[in-house]
Amino acid sequence: MGRYVIRRLLQMIPVFIGTTFLIFVMVHALGDPVNALFGDRAPDPAVAEKIREQYNLNDPLWLQYLKYMGKLFRWDFGTTFSGQSVTSLLATAFPTTLKLTAVAFTIEVIFGIGLGLLSGLRRGRVADNSVLILTLVVISIPTFVTGYVLQYLVGVKWGAAPATVGDQVTLDRLILPGVVLASVSLAYVARLTRTTVVENVRADYVRTAVAKGLPRRRVVVNHLLRNSLIPVVTFLGTDLGALMGGALVTERIFNIHGVGYYLYQGIVRQNSNTVVGFVTILVIIYLAANLLVDLLYAVLDPRIRYA
Amino acid sequence: MTTVTEKADSGERLAPGTPLLEVRDLHVEFVTRDGIAKAVNGVNYSVAAGETLAVLGESGSGKSVTAQTIMGILDMPPGRVTSGEILFRGQDMLKMSNEERRKIRGRKIAMIFQDALSSLNPVLSVGYQLGEMFRVHQGASRKEAKAKAIELMDRVRIPAAAQRVNDYPHQFSGGMRQRIMIAMALALEPDLIIADEPTTALDVTVQAQVMDLLAELQAEYNMGLILITHDLGVVADVADKIAVMYAGRIVETAPVHELYASPAHPYTKGLLRSIPRLDQKGQDLYAIKGLPPNLLKVPAGCAFNPRCDIATDLCRTEIPALHQVADKDGAELAGRRSACHLWKETLHG
Ligand SMILES: Nc1ncnc2c1ncn2[C@@H]1O[C@H](COP(=O)(O)OP(=O)(O)O)[C@@H](O)[C@H]1O
Ligand code: SF4
Ligand SMILES: [Mg+2]
Repeated sequence: MGRYVIRRLLQMIPVFIGTTFLIFVMVHALGDPVNALFGDRAPDPAVAEKIREQYNLNDPLWLQYLKYMGKLFRWDFGTTFSGQSVTSLLATAFPTTLKLTAVAFTIEVIFGIGLGLLSGLRRGRVADNSVLILTLVVISIPTFVTGYVLQYLVGVKWGAAPATVGDQVTLDRLILPGVVLASVSLAYVARLTRTTVVENVRADYVRTAVAKGLPRRRVVVNHLLRNSLIPVVTFLGTDLGALMGGALVTERIFNIHGVGYYLYQGIVRQNSNTVVGFVTILVIIYLAANLLVDLLYAVLDPRIRYA
Repeated sequence: MTTVTEKADSGERLAPGTPLLEVRDLHVEFVTRDGIAKAVNGVNYSVAAGETLAVLGESGSGKSVTAQTIMGILDMPPGRVTSGEILFRGQDMLKMSNEERRKIRGRKIAMIFQDALSSLNPVLSVGYQLGEMFRVHQGASRKEAKAKAIELMDRVRIPAAAQRVNDYPHQFSGGMRQRIMIAMALALEPDLIIADEPTTALDVTVQAQVMDLLAELQAEYNMGLILITHDLGVVADVADKIAVMYAGRIVETAPVHELYASPAHPYTKGLLRSIPRLDQKGQDLYAIKGLPPNLLKVPAGCAFNPRCDIATDLCRTEIPALHQVADKDGAELAGRRSACHLWKETLHG
C-alpha cells in the first residue's frame, strides 16, 4: 500500500507538469496581456516595456514557464498586474468554493444514495419510477437553467432563501446554490446506486444475511449497501472534479466570489499569473481526490490489491 | 400457553428423537412471464432432534425452494406459498409474524448454502460475519464477538484461527470457506441445520472432510440436520432417513438402509441403478430415460409417468397418494412411504 501511494504520487508529477504547461500555453495564446491591461488606450511603450520586464514576458515561453514553476515551489504564485499577490486571491477564493462544493457534495451523497437505495429496493413500484423519471429530467436540463429557475422561484418569488450570496458566505446562503450545483451529479448517483442495489439485492450473501436472522435494517445497510456503494464511491471521487468545475458556473448565477469569479476576471484581463495559479491548485485538488478515491476503494473492497 | 419465541429463547437442549420440524403438504409456486411454475407440489417430511434427513432429487425438483420456504428466505415475489404448514416444535411458522420468524432464523434454524464464496459477504472479514451472530442475537460486544468467532473457527478446525479471523472470504480455500459457513450456522447452537448441497461446489478430496465435520458436529450438538443433495453417494454414511423428491413432491421416504436395499418407487429404483459401482466398471451407466418435467406443465396423474417403465393408465390420470408401505404380510414398515400406485409391485415384485 505504501509503495503504491509513492508510485501514484510519482505518477502525478508528469501529469501535473503537463497540465500546468498546457494552461500556461493556452493563457499566452489569448494574446498580449499588456495590451489587454490597458484596454482601449494605447499603452505608453516605456511603461509597457517595464511591465514586460517585471513579468518575464520577454523571455521565451518555456523559460517563463520554468521561472514560474521555480517560484511556485517556494509557494510564490506571483502577483497580478495590479500588484495583488495571487496567493492572497487564492486564500479568499478557494475556501468559498470549497465550502460551496462541500455543501453540494453532502447533498449529492445523502440524497443521491438515499433516493437510489429507495428506488432499488422498490424496483418497479411508484417510488422507483418517480425517481427514474425525476432524475432523467434533472440530467436533461442544463445546470444553468435549473440554477436560474430555482433562483427565481425560491429566491425571488417565494423569498424562501437568499437569491444571491455576495460576500456573506454562510451555510444557509449556500444551500440553494449547493442544491443547484449538486442536482445533476445527484441524479447520476441516484441512478448508479439504484442499479447496483438492484444487482446486489438478490445476491447470495444478502440471502445469507437474511438467513442469519439479522434485522432488515442491518441486512440493507451493513450488507447490501456496503457492497452496492463500491462503484458509487468511485463515481463520487471522480465527480468531485466535475463539481469544482460546475461550481464556477453556479458561482456566476448566485454571485459567489469564489474560484470561478476570480478565474473569470483573470481570463478577461489575460492575467496569466492568476489563471495559472488557480488552475494549478485545481489540478492538485483533482489529483489528490483521485488518489484518495483509489485508496478508499481498497478499503471498501478488500479483493482489490495494489501492486 | 407458551409462544414459540419463548420456547425458542429457552436454551434447553432437546432430547434425541423430539420432533423438531414437520412440513405438511407444502405447495410453492413462482409467477413467471410464461405462467405459473409449480416448484413445490405437496412436500411432506419431518426431522427430529439428533436425526439426519437426506433430501434427494434431481436438480430442479424443488429441494432448495422447500428449504428456502422453511427458512423464510424465499423470494416473494415471484414465489408464493399457496398451501401447507411448516411446524417448528409444533407451531406453524407460516402463520408467524416476520419478527417471530426472524428470531428463529440463525438462532433455532440455520442454513448452509452450496456456494460459500458467493454466500459470504466479499467485503467483510469472516470474523465480522461470524461475530455478527453474537452481536445481533446476544448483544455481545465487538471484542466478545471476535473471541467467539475465533472459538468457532477453531471448532470447525480452521488452522491458525486467531491469525485468520480478520481475513476475507476470498483469502480462504473452498473447503475452508465452507467450514466458515458451517461455523456460522453452528454459532448459536441451533436445533436444526439445513445444509443445501454443502459439498457440491467442493473438490472431491475435501467433500468427505467437510461432510464428516458436519456429521460430527451434528451428533455432538444433537441437532436435527436436513441434508439436501442430488448425490446418493454422499448420504449413505451420514443420513438416518431419506426423502426422495420428484417434480416438487416427495415420492418416497424411508430409513436410509431400507431405501438402498428395497426401494418402493420406480424413480428411486432408477436413481439407485444410476450410481456408478465398482463391480460394473466398464459397463455403460444406467440413466433414467427422458427429462424432468417442465414445472409450467407438470404431467397429469403421476408426474413421473412419462419416464416410468411400468406406468399404467391409472398413472396418467390419478395422482398417487403417499402410501404407507407394508411388507409382504401387510405389516406397516415404520417411516416408509411411497407415492406410487404400484408400490407393492415395485417393492416386492
Ligand atoms: N426465484 C425463482 N424464480 C422463478 N423460479 C424459481 C425461482 N427459484 C426456483 N425456481 C424454480 O423452482 C424449481 C425448483 O428449484 P430448486 O428448488 O432450486 O431445485 P433444486 O431441487 O435443484 O434445489 C426450478 O425449476 C426453478 O426454476
Ligand atoms: S405411479 Fe405409475 S407412473 Fe408413477 S411411478 Fe408409480 S408406476 Fe410409475
Ligand atoms: Mg438446489
